[in-house]
Amino acid sequence: MRWLRVRELVRKEFIQVFRDKRNRPILVLSPLIQLVLFGYVVTTDVRDIRVGAVDHSKTPESRRLLESFDANPTFRILYRLEDPKALDRLILRQKVDLGIWIPPDFQAKVRKQKTAAVQVIADGSMSNMAAVRIAYTSNVVDGYNTRLLQEHIKRKIQYGEIDLRVRTWYNPNLDSQFYYVPGIVAFLVMLLSLLLTSMAIVREKESGTMEQLIVTPLRPFEMILGKTIPFILIAQAQMIMVALFALFWFNIPMKGSAPLLMAATCIFLLSTLGIGLFISTVSRTQQQAMMTNFFFIVPFFMLSGFVFPIANMPLGVQWLTHLDPLRHFLVIIRGIFLKGTGIAVLWPQFLELAVLGGVVFAGAVLRFQKRLD
Amino acid sequence: MHSEAVTVTDLVKRFGDFTAVDHVTFTVRAGEIFGFLGPNGAGKSTTIRMLCGIITPTSGSGHVAGFDLFRQPERIKESIGYMSQKFSLYPDLTPMENIRFYLGIYAVPPSSWKARTEWVIRATRLESVRHRLTRDLPPGWRQRLALGCALLHRPRLLFLDEPTSGVDPITRRHFWEFIRQLTEEGVTVFVTTHYMDEARHCDRIVMIDAGKIAAIGKPSEIIQKTLPDRPGADLQEAFVALMRGRP
Repeated sequence: MRWLRVRELVRKEFIQVFRDKRNRPILVLSPLIQLVLFGYVVTTDVRDIRVGAVDHSKTPESRRLLESFDANPTFRILYRLEDPKALDRLILRQKVDLGIWIPPDFQAKVRKQKTAAVQVIADGSMSNMAAVRIAYTSNVVDGYNTRLLQEHIKRKIQYGEIDLRVRTWYNPNLDSQFYYVPGIVAFLVMLLSLLLTSMAIVREKESGTMEQLIVTPLRPFEMILGKTIPFILIAQAQMIMVALFALFWFNIPMKGSAPLLMAATCIFLLSTLGIGLFISTVSRTQQQAMMTNFFFIVPFFMLSGFVFPIANMPLGVQWLTHLDPLRHFLVIIRGIFLKGTGIAVLWPQFLELAVLGGVVFAGAVLRFQKRLD
Repeated sequence: MHSEAVTVTDLVKRFGDFTAVDHVTFTVRAGEIFGFLGPNGAGKSTTIRMLCGIITPTSGSGHVAGFDLFRQPERIKESIGYMSQKFSLYPDLTPMENIRFYLGIYAVPPSSWKARTEWVIRATRLESVRHRLTRDLPPGWRQRLALGCALLHRPRLLFLDEPTSGVDPITRRHFWEFIRQLTEEGVTVFVTTHYMDEARHCDRIVMIDAGKIAAIGKPSEIIQKTLPDRPGADLQEAFVALMRGRP
């Protein structure tokens, strides 16, 4: 083990990475652009519900029901129609998200103290969004019911009420950006470290310089160090850059310890660099390496809990997610950013990530040695 | 130093069903220029790649620079220089950066880097382009740089795989002069080529075809042995005659 060799390899790698003019925007600009794009695009908040209303009752009661929708900042009644069929067409063309049809007998039933039916039609093609919209709709109708009841009885209802006082911790406004932006930071670090490592080695194979290196006394382990140290440094720099951007652009709170986050990034990189090394041992060309990268990136993304909650997955798949380094890193990075969680709580994730990284990296190193001989 | 720089016995390399090198036995003496001649696909590159530890032989035995081919490949790598037919330095680095990189990789003590760099730059006549990108140099200049980088650690044994392919005649002549100069300093040179006329620069040669040795010895001896009745014949004719004589 000669540090001189590792040092010169690292030095050469840095010269190559930064000399390539195409690399500079990829390293600096593209993470920021992706963060901004993802930060605004990946959101599950339901903020604006466009409504088409058909009022066949045309009575003070039915108008008050529609007014209570209009008064709610989430709802916007865009169309008032006569024909329920026109409502179908509007939903089909995605001009509205929700249709409300008040039948002619609405007032009569309410006044006779019977249950009056109101039809709500939701576009279920995006099931989660539809469920949230329906829940908001029920809230508005509940409010309307309560007011109706109070006016009818004309005095305060005498029974002990349950007063729910909900406090949302860590993200008081339930802002989904808070949840997603730290995840995007993690995802970008994974993407870049995987791609850079595997490409850097496969490029040497493609250009024939690998053959020249094999003829030198450079040991496989020195080569691995020389090829991973630059990308650990670059990935850490990107982590800091992207995290600062998340703090100041998206105003994501940083409640926890920055050194802990850096330590977690290092452990996380052990897995991604290991996989990058592995990919470089099975690929001959940069194109092959690229395809193999996607073979890893897509499942890691899907199983990480980034968008799809792990708790909703089948049990077998839930176990599988433990093999996904991004899953553990997401828990850590969200914990540190939003909750200020420390190692006392996050140690299981740290442990799993370290074991996973150790195994993957060791495996890659063993395979790498075989290939170099 | 051993009097034999390279000795191999019954060296075999198979790729699946295909036998690229078939029971090859020869010796390279210290201080000579040893030529490995044969047409494309004869097994020249495979042999040189086995001797340098890039690929593992299927069977056989051998020593390179005094070290066992199978048990001490890393020691071999410290003692040899290698230049391949494919240009294999970093095109996005300058000659100076390439030289510094290989000085580091061969763990040459940094105190002698400056002198060693100047020596190589001068010997390969790259003074005027030392800070240009290697990618922008003409092929002959790049080849000289590759040769220079293979000599940075002062190897006693130099392997050159088709060093002159695709290089103009004047550069080729300069190249052989330089190689001769190296052997005068005691370096052993093992060189493969498919140019028959280059054999005259070699002290001894092996002629290889389809993985088997067809002839071995001094070029003049081979001609004489193969075509005893034609005193003016050249190596090309001897080679053709050798091929014709085979089943």
